[in-house]
Amino acid sequence: MSVKRKQIKQTSRHLELSDAGTGTQDLSTSGGHIAVRQRVLVVCFMMISAQNYGDKMKEYHYTGPVEHKFSPYAFNGGTVLAVAGDDFAIVASDTRLSEGYSIHSRDSPKCYKLTDTTVLGCSGFHGDCLTLTKIIEARLKMYKHSNNKTMTSGAIAAMLSTILYGRRFFPYYVYNIIGGLDEEGRGAVYSFDPVGSYQRDSYKAGGSASAMLQPLLDNQIGFKNMEKVEQLPLSLEKAVQLVKDVFISAAERDVYTGDALKLCIVTKEGIREEIMPLRKD
Amino acid sequence: MTRRTCRVAPPNAVASALVVVKRITSSVPRTISNMALSSLLEPPVPGFNFENSARNFVLETSSDEGKIKAPKPMKTGTTIAGVVYKDGVVLGADTRATSEEVVADKKCAKIHYIAPNIYCCGAGTAADTEKTTDMLSSNLTIFSMNSGRNPRVIMAVNILQDMLFRYRGQIGAHLILGGVDCTGSHLYTVGPYGSMDKVPYLAMGSGNLAALGILEDRFKANMNLDEAKALVSDAVHAGIMSDLGSGNNIDLCVITKEGVDYIRPHKKSPYNLKGQAKYKYKPGTTPVLTQTVTHLELELVHETVQMMETAGSS
Repeated sequence: MSVKRKQIKQTSRHLELSDAGTGTQDLSTSGGHIAVRQRVLVVCFMMISAQNYGDKMKEYHYTGPVEHKFSPYAFNGGTVLAVAGDDFAIVASDTRLSEGYSIHSRDSPKCYKLTDTTVLGCSGFHGDCLTLTKIIEARLKMYKHSNNKTMTSGAIAAMLSTILYGRRFFPYYVYNIIGGLDEEGRGAVYSFDPVGSYQRDSYKAGGSASAMLQPLLDNQIGFKNMEKVEQLPLSLEKAVQLVKDVFISAAERDVYTGDALKLCIVTKEGIREEIMPLRKD
Repeated sequence: MTRRTCRVAPPNAVASALVVVKRITSSVPRTISNMALSSLLEPPVPGFNFENSARNFVLETSSDEGKIKAPKPMKTGTTIAGVVYKDGVVLGADTRATSEEVVADKKCAKIHYIAPNIYCCGAGTAADTEKTTDMLSSNLTIFSMNSGRNPRVIMAVNILQDMLFRYRGQIGAHLILGGVDCTGSHLYTVGPYGSMDKVPYLAMGSGNLAALGILEDRFKANMNLDEAKALVSDAVHAGIMSDLGSGNNIDLCVITKEGVDYIRPHKKSPYNLKGQAKYKYKPGTTPVLTQTVTHLELELVHETVQMMETAGSS
């Protein structure tokens, strides 16, 4: 280190002489002199450190064969939400299909009716959503023909988990949420990850705006982070209003959510659909 | 892409480099403060300053424990448009700033003041457009004070080109400059690499293709003010509807020889859906764990009473 310091001092002295000699200089103040010396110090220091990173510098300016990657996935946006009550379940999704900064469609809902008591919401890569729903519908028919009864929500959830894990090493890029009524008529929500891990919840949000919706649901439905609040059971009207409000807020701040909201309300009477417009910009 | 294990562990190298810096600077403490002031008054160093690029590269590609991701700057993801009409220039912009997929600012002001007769719309990285236009505005103010003249649009373009070319595109500022000076009304675009183009109508930003469609269809030379405002507003509106990075309100800026009309907002977003239910929390919902009350000792120093003149008294 001391050897290098000497070198630095010598170079700076050299500069001093040359500056005095020329007379015409834009760094005329003594402050400027010191500025020059500091700059030389900095340059020498950078050369020292650059030697350490010499290998990395070569990698930085890589000139050779370049590998271009083709990605089999795309992200088409969209948000899904499911809420379970005592005798109902709601599955809601926005209807915007996007890619990058463009919009493919303003009317592409992400809720798929599977049986009279079960609705599946899937968001993520639209190609995989379509294929997955086709496979599930085929499997439902097969079960109906061989067992002479429709699949229950719990059975559909277990089957979906197996289907997703079957593609463990080239997954379906889909975030699934199943909402429906279980055998006893109570609301059930099952949430999945792309490779088939699932659990039964009472409410869950998935898709691009899930991180914005989930905390609000935790607070309003799960009564989390609140004290001395009357924990009333969730009524259908309150749940529908909450879902609508929550999607309005999500559309304000998430660019992939918007256009319209489609709600599928599952009760023992059947499945009722409702559509509400959201921001289009 | 194959990765080679590096021989020198970068975090250690960086740490030792930082230690070296400390030793050098501690020996000259006083001169640093003098040097700092004089370096502000120095003209900018010619050439490119990439002191940190090697260090940044090493930090980002080092082993997983030492890996430091560079923070992502906020982009505006914009639609901006400009049109030259009979008496001057009309500039338009949307008001949404996005940070990747989240809307960071719904009321961002993208039309920046440069000089009393020159305004600039900025797309790209938000910080870059703000600082570049601020710097340009300061430089032109100094010029006005020195020469006693209004700056010309071409001067603004030249200063911007010099600065953006010097930084080789690292400053992500895509700008539309419009203004009216003694030589007429002008509309220029300056790109992040330092390119420049002088055109009668223009759109930039992520929504520029949609806006350009409207402009190409309906632009004609020497329009009157209402037509020009409607055209720019519709162009920005097309960008807002087709592009996910643009949205919310539309701002307009009309620049003529007589003066500037900054219309903010020209058109408010028609989507103001509000939630129906009230989400209010009673006091006590968040538990109070401890409470400390500190009395302030105050002394009454002086008291005056001043009668107000009300309507009752005459």
